[in-house]
Amino acid sequence: MDLKTLTEINAPSGHEQPIRRALLEELKAKGHQPYIDRMGNVIVVKEGVGPAPRKRVMVAAHMDEVGLIVTGHAEGGFLKVTQAGGIDPRVLISKRVLVGDDNIPGVIGAVAIHLQSAADRARVMGYRDINVDIGAADKAEAERKAPLGTYISFDTPYVEFGEGYACGKAFDDRVGCWTILRLLEEELPCDLIAAFVSEEEVGCRGASGAAFAQEPDIGIVLEGTTCNDLGDVPEAVQVCKTGEGVAVSFMDNSSIVNRELFRKTLNVAEQAGIAHQVKGSVSGGNDAGSIQRARQGIPTIVLSVPCRYIHSPSSVIKLSDADAQFELTKALMAAL
Amino acid sequence: MFDLLKKVLSPVGPSGLETPVADVIREEIKDCVDTVEVDALGNLIATKLGKGENPRKVMLSAHMDHIGYIVTGIEKEGFLRVTNVGGIGMVNSYNRHVVFPNGVHGVVVAQPVSGQPALKDLFVDIGAQDKDDAKRMVQLGDVCVYANDCFRLGENRVAAPAMDDRCACALLVKLLQTVGETQDTIIAVFSVQEEVGCRGAKVASFAKEPDIGIALDVTGWGDTPGVTLPEIKLGEGIAVKVMDRGSISNPALREALIEAGEQAGVKTQREVLPYGGTDASAMQTSRGGIPVCTISIPCRYVHSACEVIDMRDMDAGLKLLQTYFN
Repeated sequence: MDLKTLTEINAPSGHEQPIRRALLEELKAKGHQPYIDRMGNVIVVKEGVGPAPRKRVMVAAHMDEVGLIVTGHAEGGFLKVTQAGGIDPRVLISKRVLVGDDNIPGVIGAVAIHLQSAADRARVMGYRDINVDIGAADKAEAERKAPLGTYISFDTPYVEFGEGYACGKAFDDRVGCWTILRLLEEELPCDLIAAFVSEEEVGCRGASGAAFAQEPDIGIVLEGTTCNDLGDVPEAVQVCKTGEGVAVSFMDNSSIVNRELFRKTLNVAEQAGIAHQVKGSVSGGNDAGSIQRARQGIPTIVLSVPCRYIHSPSSVIKLSDADAQFELTKALMAAL
Repeated sequence: MFDLLKKVLSPVGPSGLETPVADVIREEIKDCVDTVEVDALGNLIATKLGKGENPRKVMLSAHMDHIGYIVTGIEKEGFLRVTNVGGIGMVNSYNRHVVFPNGVHGVVVAQPVSGQPALKDLFVDIGAQDKDDAKRMVQLGDVCVYANDCFRLGENRVAAPAMDDRCACALLVKLLQTVGETQDTIIAVFSVQEEVGCRGAKVASFAKEPDIGIALDVTGWGDTPGVTLPEIKLGEGIAVKVMDRGSISNPALREALIEAGEQAGVKTQREVLPYGGTDASAMQTSRGGIPVCTISIPCRYVHSACEVIDMRDMDAGLKLLQTYFN
């Protein structure tokens, strides 16, 4: 399964069923025996080829993406929505979306510039101001087509452009899912617990259950992460740069990375000549927080692909960074 | 106690990098406990087996980690950009002497901005000529803390950074050294990463499944100009926590600890803290739930480079715990 297919599947947090179904089919076709746990995670355990006792390494990527959820219906047939996962409402205006399981086309409307007052123009529109227009004639039709709790996804096709860049939605974290699928093709010395987890964007919920149940020795979290390598942003605050390789975290708001593992990862990357960078920021959080503190504690590291404009309808990655994520994870697993 | 406190205060040990602290503590306790181990997150766990029949397992947790500044970027002129590890206040960040685990010194400075500076406006001057020079001394992800400066203040008081929570570590070490035979099994956890969310205590309490959990930590003060809450005074005795933002103490355990203080003839204070939390919060919600309380050492100017405690409160805490276990 390629990255295009993975990112074009619509599956916001709590509604992972479409991606889960696609992954299950893919994994079974490749001869794996995946199972689904009670948090909706998809787990595959692939035994390593090294001598026993082998390290059990959980490699986790989250299936869910940020999206919207219907919270009400307005008289004219419009949908009122809020976020499932963190989205800046400023990136939503005038974007096309797909609503519900039937992928009903919709657009996030905004007041035309002609009709805005000076005060309107100075103000940021929030979720209370935003309407999703699905072409419904009235409130009753809107309620019928998109009842409360219906999920909404960005309607963004995957395109490759420039020299090795890709633009699309949900790179956070389908790029990590893609890397795990690639790892499952490899023969690795340690046992690989491949965990495609749910509900990361709303609080790293799926990974808690997966790590508790599987009790790995080490956790490797594969992510898409923030990247601010734009225009006049000073280098010291760019976080990381597209094209400079996989980003290795030392700390974020959910975990402080095990220092031994951090140094080992950097050494492995150096020795194998894999493009890498240290992520220069402590913002955000991810499944490492849940995995690290499962049961009696698990050393954990995070390897990320830098994503420009993350958590928006259109983000940009460099594909060579995804390759570096795959290469470094593979090399690290051989060195554990 | 003062010499021990000084020893435990000296290692550089920000959250996530507590090994130097664990090394010092291990030397102090290894001969007076039955087992010492280090878990996956770096908690130092010492067990002293109880002599009673089916002894209760009582976990005592004092955290080794210290708040600090983590390097997130290096400017081309050699200045370090940083952010907080744990609760760092701006007021405590102006022109502070800091030190890295590898011995590199620095000064935290706020650059002039319009309005109030924020964490992103701080930089650390490590005396580097340029970026390459800085990278020879410090890497992205390195963490610095307020440089140790421990001194006596008046007859009974001591000031130092890292008093939160090394004074409680010292208290726990002293307890292990002096308590002798006990009915209860004591699981002494010198925990990691408390300042970023009680992470060490969470996994340690899962692993050790104690029957009772007692956190040893510092608490705030209400006895200096302009500060009235919590109603805690330095030198007025060891505090027994009723509640903070992280946990409500088990009433029976709380009263048993206060009673132990009375028996020991030491002063205690009931503590209701309108902010903060301790390892008790992590222990309380572990597995099926654990009765918890916190024994708090009153501490002025918590999370600054000059945290002040009163040694008489430390002695009261020691006697209270000795009595509780005897």
